[in-house]
Amino acid sequence: MSKVLMKGNEAVAEAAIIGGCKYFFGYPITPQNEIPEYMAKRLPEVGGTFIQAESEVSAINMVYGAAGSGARVMTSSSSPGISLKQEGISYIAGAELPCVIVNMVRGGPGLGNIAPAQSDYFQATKGGGHGDYRLIVLGPDSVQELVDLTIEAFDLADRYRNPVMILGDGILGQMMEPVEFRDTEIRIGPEKPWAATGARGRERNLINSLHIIPEDNDRFCQHLREKYELILTREIRYESYFADDADIILAAYGSTARICKAVVDQARQDGIRVGLIRPITLWPFPAEPFRQAAEYTGSFLAVEMSNGQMVEDVRLAVNGQKPVGFYGRTGGVVPAKGQIYAEVKKILQGGARS
Amino acid sequence: MKTVFTKPETMTDKQMHYCPGCTHGIIHRLAAEVIDELGIREKTIGIAPVGCAVFLYDYLNLDIQQASHGRAPAVATGIKRVLPDRVVFTYQGDGDLAAIGTAEIVHAAARGEKITVLFVNNAIYGMTGGQMAPTTLVGQKSTTTPWGRDKDLAGYPVRMTEMLAVLDGVAYMARVSVHDPANILKAKKAIKRAFEVQMNGEGFAMVEILSTCPTNWGMPPIEAVKWLEQNMLPYYPLGEYKVIGEVAG
Repeated sequence: MSKVLMKGNEAVAEAAIIGGCKYFFGYPITPQNEIPEYMAKRLPEVGGTFIQAESEVSAINMVYGAAGSGARVMTSSSSPGISLKQEGISYIAGAELPCVIVNMVRGGPGLGNIAPAQSDYFQATKGGGHGDYRLIVLGPDSVQELVDLTIEAFDLADRYRNPVMILGDGILGQMMEPVEFRDTEIRIGPEKPWAATGARGRERNLINSLHIIPEDNDRFCQHLREKYELILTREIRYESYFADDADIILAAYGSTARICKAVVDQARQDGIRVGLIRPITLWPFPAEPFRQAAEYTGSFLAVEMSNGQMVEDVRLAVNGQKPVGFYGRTGGVVPAKGQIYAEVKKILQGGARS
Repeated sequence: MKTVFTKPETMTDKQMHYCPGCTHGIIHRLAAEVIDELGIREKTIGIAPVGCAVFLYDYLNLDIQQASHGRAPAVATGIKRVLPDRVVFTYQGDGDLAAIGTAEIVHAAARGEKITVLFVNNAIYGMTGGQMAPTTLVGQKSTTTPWGRDKDLAGYPVRMTEMLAVLDGVAYMARVSVHDPANILKAKKAIKRAFEVQMNGEGFAMVEILSTCPTNWGMPPIEAVKWLEQNMLPYYPLGEYKVIGEVAG
């Protein structure tokens, strides 16, 4: 199929259809409204169902129900709406159900605004709801990658029986880019013998996260830990952009990484050896490339549209071997290439603050 | 020898954890008998709530999905939309359905979700130890209304059945009680209708079941039954509030 020009929000919705998503439960919130709007039109064409729920709380619980019935199911929202979904996400993770959640992050905290931000990194990667759980978190930096990762997200969710979050931002959702749907055949998920579909000719199934005996819950949480460790060994993805010989390495994901690539290009033109390590999986976080780079590079600079969230994971990975600086814009302000480049030069001239 | 009484196939052998005099056990059994009689055990999915009845999944021999507090109607919506030919029911208490889950029950009813809701109203929070419920009567003592519910401070109890019956998506709405054998039989009839309404594809069906909680009401079981009769029945009148379609005929 040739390339088509698509808005990120519409592209992620179409990608979900290709990924086999048959059910979508959502609630309006800017800047992601094109996702439910697209699904409302598109899902009936593939025999699926769209419901506009009465709240984000209800939407995520509809997702929980549909996932428990064995369906491929998705919801989408933006920051304040994702906060409301957190209880449900915890239940979904606790019941080990597969689903895909899209967060087109906007400025916060509180009502914030509707401009792009990356201030939901903590909420996405550290277990935004209660209890010991992890989401697989994917941070695409282009509409094409948004499409490719969303299609794959449904397979990942089913493979590990775990919710997967696509962590985008207002830029990614709203911008139009040429995109190619390399895969046009609608995927079908695996058989799910554990689903609660009516106990016909089999033992009854239970979808549950209650383990009232502490030892049972301990055993369950250990099982989750083993699963998460398996994901850590198998699913880490990142992009290394001119990082192999860099004197300073930028750390950025999503839209910010796009700007950082332009910084790297500019610096290289100017004869300055700047590189970029771009985590694609935000959880599992690609700690190893940062650890390895710490052996040869002078310092790191994490760049985010936040007050400094992913930078904590970079610092954990680097583990004090080299300074890790931070440059962030907040509240919906997008860092400009020149601002980041100025920060890079400042560090190269004066040494980084760690 | 002729069998005159037996355990429904839809019930497990698990011993119930309910307090003496609690009527959850009766309501579980009524649901199980109805599911047996309709022959739908293998195509039914139940939603267990947060509250005393969370262990519904230990007692009913069918597929069950446990839901977070108040969200059972949303969870049931998700299930029913994926499996429209299956029977889906929620089992919810008064705190669950009439306080934290008010939005979910109203909008599931408004959408006309083809699900069955068994709403157990015992006018108190049981599992957490006897706090005021949205259905606690004015003057009724609870651990958070130690001198009795003060209408000026805590407002009035909510009549969910009357509220929901006016919604167009509702196909069946009834309030019953299980405080004596005659009412238990009526309750079973209403529960059966609420399942039949779903099976006929008529719309949303709910049965509110007045229930006792001797432990948290602080009275012996027999006294609790009398208290229900004398105090709950006048405020929560029994009867069918909405009946449409085939079940009505």
